[in-house]
Amino acid sequence: MKRNQMLIPMPLRYLINAVLFAAFLWIMNSLITGGAISRYHSGIISSIGISIILAVSLNMATGYLGQLPLGHAGFMALGAYTSALIMKSAAAAKGLESALGASYAAYFFPAALVAGGLAAALFALLIGMPALRLRGDYLAILTLGFGEIIRVVLLNIDNVLGFKLTNGAAGLQKIPTTTTFLFTFIFVGITCFVIHTMMKSRHGRAILSIRENEIAAESCGISTTYYKTLGFVVSAFFAGIAGGLYAGNVGILNPSSFGFMKSIEILVMVVLGGMGSMLGSVLSASVLTALPELLRSFAENRMVVYSLVLVIVMIFKPTGLMGTYDFSLNGLLDKLILKLKGGNARFQKGGPDE
Amino acid sequence: MSLVISQLINGLQSGSIYALVALGYSMVYGIIMLLNFAHGDIIMVGAYAAWFVMVRLSLNPVLAIILAILACTVLGVVIEKVAYTPLRSSPRLSLLITAIGISFLLENLAQRVFGAGAQKVPALISGPAIEIGGQRFSFIAMVTIVVSVVSMALLTFLVRKTKMGKAMRAVSEDMGTAQLMGINVNLTISFTFAVGSALAGIGSILYSCAYPQASPTMGAMLGLKAFVAAVLGGIGSIPGAMLGGFCIGLAEAIVSAVGLSVWKDGVVFAILIVVLVVKPTGILGRAIREKV
Amino acid sequence: MKKFLSIALALVLMAGVFAACGDKPESGGTTDPTPPASSSAAGDTIKIAIIGCHTGEYAQYGLGVKNGATLYIDQLNASGGINGKQVEIVAYDNKADNQEAINAFNRAVDQDGITALIGDVLTGNTIAVGGEAYKINMPMITASATAEAVTYDAETDTVYANIFRTCFIDPFQGEKMANYASEKLGAKTAAIIYETGNDYSVGVKDAFIATCSALGIEIVSEEGYATGDVDFKSQLTTIASKNPDVVFCPNYYEDDGLIVTQAREVGVDAVFMGADGMSGVSGYASAADAEGTLYCSGYAPGSTDAVKAFEAAYTEKYSAETLNMFAATAYDAAMVLCNALQVAEEAGLTAGTDEYKQAVIDAIRDKSGELECITSNGYTFDAHNNPVKDACIMKVVEGTETFVENY
Repeated sequence: MKRNQMLIPMPLRYLINAVLFAAFLWIMNSLITGGAISRYHSGIISSIGISIILAVSLNMATGYLGQLPLGHAGFMALGAYTSALIMKSAAAAKGLESALGASYAAYFFPAALVAGGLAAALFALLIGMPALRLRGDYLAILTLGFGEIIRVVLLNIDNVLGFKLTNGAAGLQKIPTTTTFLFTFIFVGITCFVIHTMMKSRHGRAILSIRENEIAAESCGISTTYYKTLGFVVSAFFAGIAGGLYAGNVGILNPSSFGFMKSIEILVMVVLGGMGSMLGSVLSASVLTALPELLRSFAENRMVVYSLVLVIVMIFKPTGLMGTYDFSLNGLLDKLILKLKGGNARFQKGGPDE
Repeated sequence: MSLVISQLINGLQSGSIYALVALGYSMVYGIIMLLNFAHGDIIMVGAYAAWFVMVRLSLNPVLAIILAILACTVLGVVIEKVAYTPLRSSPRLSLLITAIGISFLLENLAQRVFGAGAQKVPALISGPAIEIGGQRFSFIAMVTIVVSVVSMALLTFLVRKTKMGKAMRAVSEDMGTAQLMGINVNLTISFTFAVGSALAGIGSILYSCAYPQASPTMGAMLGLKAFVAAVLGGIGSIPGAMLGGFCIGLAEAIVSAVGLSVWKDGVVFAILIVVLVVKPTGILGRAIREKV
Repeated sequence: MKKFLSIALALVLMAGVFAACGDKPESGGTTDPTPPASSSAAGDTIKIAIIGCHTGEYAQYGLGVKNGATLYIDQLNASGGINGKQVEIVAYDNKADNQEAINAFNRAVDQDGITALIGDVLTGNTIAVGGEAYKINMPMITASATAEAVTYDAETDTVYANIFRTCFIDPFQGEKMANYASEKLGAKTAAIIYETGNDYSVGVKDAFIATCSALGIEIVSEEGYATGDVDFKSQLTTIASKNPDVVFCPNYYEDDGLIVTQAREVGVDAVFMGADGMSGVSGYASAADAEGTLYCSGYAPGSTDAVKAFEAAYTEKYSAETLNMFAATAYDAAMVLCNALQVAEEAGLTAGTDEYKQAVIDAIRDKSGELECITSNGYTFDAHNNPVKDACIMKVVEGTETFVENY
């Protein structure tokens, strides 16, 4: 049986997904602007979106690449501070608001987010080139150390050469709260799309081969250092974007928000959802972000539960709940069309095709 | 001059504790290639055990010391049996994530049970400061340094001269072959965890004497720095762990002494990065070729 | 079988998401159009929120605030409430996280329809919530957030008129202690050891240094340490070599306990001074080591009859562990707020309207001077909405922290 037969041509597949995603955005956005979803709930939905970006991007490095970076929160912090500083200086420049109108945020925010992502990616490149030549555990501990260094640096570069930068322990305050549902979820869409298409390409297959067996991949002529760095940098880029969205959502940044604990929280999302499954990351990020809000009693024991989940999932189902399974709407449509066309016989086990 | 000596003693004291913890990391890593994240938290449990015995049960310090070391040893073996043994044949990534999970579990359980704040551990050992040529040496600092050096000497003897030590070296060389030679691999690994955890227990006692507080997260940073020490000295090497511990302790003392104490953690991790990039095997380590 | 299991688990996960989504339109629909209307329509209760960190590392502060404020409101309700209306409390835990704090605030406003807020507890959380509260002019009074930036933005010279506090600000404590060191202790030299990762420590330290240089006290050594550090001997050895008259450590008591102990070990014999975070230090250092240590506090345990009554009522209802300074300031905060609510109620305004909020804010600012509070004789606020009150100087004598004087 030809399981991977694509009955719907590629452009149409993308179109279907894009249309559905746009419809989802439009419906949710009009519900929020219309007031049917309260600020409280839309705030949580934005948090969910940010968590999704973080989990999906960490999944790139952990699930697909098979490495264990423990400094994801550090990259998030870099993105957050970078874009927050840009937005603050944009807000301080009074001329902009009069020139571009009150919606100046709409012009600057995406640029600031991308700048935050680039800052994180740049640092990932700097740290990745030496670090990724090392084996798994060393990489883990090195990224952990790097995350801690970022935190220490952010704490201590309050005032550099007369420029007020991070404002130290008191935190960067009065950041324009420009994160909206629409911004967040457009970037959720972009993150998923970029990582998905990348993983379906030649580069993606190279990355997967590194996860499966690094030595074998190298002996097949794949430049493992190059692809490890690539995966790592892409992962950091989106973590930086998520950081920028977080900054715009909260309005205040403290270095202590980006500690080791945060990195672990993201890791739990990826591990629980299934390392190598984007759908798993999206689902578990959504649930684990919404659950503490819905169940206040759960919130108290959250960290105990998270750590237990890590251990239990690893012992009983090391691939995570979804394994490497990924949902494909078009795949489902394909099957449906096949079913309608050719009847059930082709799908039954032990059928003539198999 | 006396200022310099004082600072060196400060560095050696914290370095000795790092060294004791680093030994545990090094042994476990040497035998099952696992970065045992929970190792630092075993120290936390040891400190709470000492606090519990002395404050809640009001028993005497000697009993507290013995029970704390015992608690650490048992905990180390239990963790190995429950969490690591089922995963011995799984990918390294799973094992590492499990270790992180255990570490967080211990920290958060301690927080739920004992509260988030620190508990004051009463003095376990006390004695007068020693004066040599006008230089004051704190009693606890001296005890810490001596105990850790003696522990290292005993451990070297254990690994080099006893039958169990031979088994440990064999298992770390090649687990499969060791099994074929009739070595009880499971027992050997458990024994390694027991010894490593007992060292952590001793470390927790010395730590509680120097910094008389027990808090849920006290083991996290200590564990990480001890790991850096183990990597710096060369993972799998006993004198290396000791050397690495002293280096890290002294580096911290020097950084603090010149007034850059806020960058202390940063410096420790920068040392790690430099070591990993320049000489990943550490000062006294030997290169291990990865088999295809 | 395994596959089946994972699909089943995935379905459970999905169900979770849909349950989460399904909850939204429903509750949003009922509360959103005119949220406070529903509560005022009921007419017999006034809702206020208490938001703070009730779990985690700083739980003892958050619980102190929650219990202190609840204690007053329970007493008020027992004596008939405000004009016959009972005061209803909605308490939310923010887990010391900025995002959670904002979520909790939005929830209290949108879903519960609160009329005022007591909180937040930690400075960072309070600034985060304050930003939201300022947008809708929600009356807000914090019992514990000590940073200047909570009520006043120096960059744009904006006073957040809706936000008040019943505790000191950081600079105030630094100034007080520097003055005290100069005037009462005759100190000529001082050394400082502070936690760099803590805005409270940094704020107090900066003010202390500024006042010292004005008073002619020489700062011989300024040492920092990172959050979570336990070894201060290197810094203290440096301090010992400079032989200062006083050592100022504006940190939390657990760290201060370690600092005092280790300082004696390396031979520092100066007097230790601290700010209100030092309260409780006697439990973490031996009586001999801590002897003579001075700190300022917003509240002197057992000093007056009112305070004793408060302490008795508090320990009867809650554990003595959380009976700290912030429990007392929260008790005051609740008193100030309820008094202001009464003013607004008596004016016949409708809860939730802009006039009502403004009336509460005006009453907090102008009508709190006559109240019989426990940490201050009534509250008057300066131009930046900070209370004008004395500090209590506390001293460790033979292992107990005793009240010395108001200064």
